[in-house]
Amino acid sequence: MSAAVTPTTRAVTAPGSLDRARRGGGRRRVTTWLLSALSVVLFVLFVFPVYWMVNTSFQPNNDVRGSDVHFFPDNFTLRNYETVIFDPGRTPFLPAAANSLVVTLLTVIIALVFAFLASVAVTRFRFKSRRAFILTILVIQMIPGEAMIVSVFRVIDGWQLLNTIAGLTIVYIATVLPFTIWTLRGFVNGVPVELEEAAMIDGCSRAGAFWRVTFPLLAPGLIATGVFGFIQAWNEFIMALVLNARPEMMTLPVWLRTFLVANGTTNWAGIMAGSTLMAIPVIVFFLIVQGRMTSGLVSGAVKG
Amino acid sequence: MTTVDQDLEPAAPSAVEGERLIAPGGGKPQRRGRRTAGFTPYALITPAIIVLAAIVGWPLVQLIITSFQEFGRAQVFGAPPSWVWFDNYIDVFTDPVFYGVLGRTLLFAGACVLVTMVLSTLIALMLVRLPKGFRMLLTVGMLLAWAMPALTATIVWGWMFDTAYGVINYALVNWFGLAEFDQHQWLINPLSFFMVAGIIVVWGAVPFAAFTLYAGLTQVPGEVLEAAQLDGAGGFARFRLIIFPYLKPIFMIVTMLQVIWDLKVFTQIFALQDIGGIRAQTNTLGVYIYQTSIAGGDFGHGGAIAVITAVLLMAISIYYIRQVLKEEEL
Repeated sequence: MSAAVTPTTRAVTAPGSLDRARRGGGRRRVTTWLLSALSVVLFVLFVFPVYWMVNTSFQPNNDVRGSDVHFFPDNFTLRNYETVIFDPGRTPFLPAAANSLVVTLLTVIIALVFAFLASVAVTRFRFKSRRAFILTILVIQMIPGEAMIVSVFRVIDGWQLLNTIAGLTIVYIATVLPFTIWTLRGFVNGVPVELEEAAMIDGCSRAGAFWRVTFPLLAPGLIATGVFGFIQAWNEFIMALVLNARPEMMTLPVWLRTFLVANGTTNWAGIMAGSTLMAIPVIVFFLIVQGRMTSGLVSGAVKG
Repeated sequence: MTTVDQDLEPAAPSAVEGERLIAPGGGKPQRRGRRTAGFTPYALITPAIIVLAAIVGWPLVQLIITSFQEFGRAQVFGAPPSWVWFDNYIDVFTDPVFYGVLGRTLLFAGACVLVTMVLSTLIALMLVRLPKGFRMLLTVGMLLAWAMPALTATIVWGWMFDTAYGVINYALVNWFGLAEFDQHQWLINPLSFFMVAGIIVVWGAVPFAAFTLYAGLTQVPGEVLEAAQLDGAGGFARFRLIIFPYLKPIFMIVTMLQVIWDLKVFTQIFALQDIGGIRAQTNTLGVYIYQTSIAGGDFGHGGAIAVITAVLLMAISIYYIRQVLKEEEL
């Protein structure tokens, strides 16, 4: 908007800088005001679905299926949560939540250890297949998971690990590893080798220098990377759908989908309560580490 | 950590010191400190390699083998698969259904990427100029949208577009007086199904793209912009001639990531079909592989489609990977 108008003003008033600033100021204020108003509209557009999920989940199903739409949970109730969590239906919530939690935590811990070792190798050593390894890590991330479901299913089936925590965890570790290695590599790279060298000059062993100097500095990076892994594993849907289809072995996303299909469009309030329960941990964790998310994903482009 | 200990000759510190003395700050600084140590790095990457080989490498080999075989339900239960070589691929490439799915996927991904990138660029430019309070507000809003898991986001949007009780039909009828949207079924018509799916995908993708582009925008030096302004460059000229060239590498990488993610789209389509779409008319490549292999039990054809999809995505990712490798100076 201002883009189209400014050139003439600027060109005319260019010599007198004070004058220009004053005249540009008025127009600028209008633009800023319009942009601010627009940002509020955008805010509403982004937040509304999240709000609507929570709002619906606190309403009795009669209100949800009434002729009027309730924009606030005026007949506030926790009934939906009670039903979702404690209803002993075909696919109970609590075991699914437990499965999700166990698989996700195991995945994060093991993947973090493996990725840490690999990222140290890649950043602190020069070895023959280093470039090939990094390239593999990058390429693997591009393979669509959907393309692999069938053969992963058969491999896990061959190991007798269908419908087990172990089977799904192994698959998730492999899913999370490339990204984890890539992100951690960036964090390790960010700690200058000179710090270790200084410690070594002061008499530290190489391993000691790494352990005492670099590792503590990596703590925030490890936490951030761990949370990324948590979110990825917690949200994963396709593999869990195929590998752990048995009701008592389901994870939360598969449970939610089953709940949706079983209830159809008759119990939106309950479905929204289930969605909220699944989304809350992710949202909380996500807000903790969001600052590092962008740079982690495009570390190639956004440097420094 | 014990493996690192093998590497502790006293030579290490002195070598580093030596380098310092001879060439202070010269040569390739990022290489300093990296060592050509024989066994240690390989031991460090072994756990990762084993897991990736077992869960990615071996299945990938199997996938390719299966795509050349007749592999149905009987083979899953032990019957030996027979080799049909390129028959699966020929079947797929002569099947009009496949082209329908492929075309649908490309169109859908293309539209999503285009809308996402335009909106994200505009929002990023807007973030630069917003007063601090409003910038915070929009940032928080976008973070919430970004944090929503794809599955729950799809289900919530599905509920908002619900035929009988959805808030969108309600608003269209009661606020905008569009009576024809009373009991409107958004998901039955494939075109409007993909419009809804597109809204979900774009809503979830814009925050990441906008934040990344905004991070790039803050790196554009203010003096250069000021100089251009003094020379009479208007807003659009400044964007085209200064901001965009600075932004281009980031813009390209974000676009590539969006292309890859949108071509792979699964959860949004799959869950939306659960809520009310007609599967046969709304399958995209990812969902089609699932339908053919897992639901249909035809692993041979499913494998062929999966290989084709993977090759397509790899071809597109080459640019991205090369760009990353170049930036990282590996």
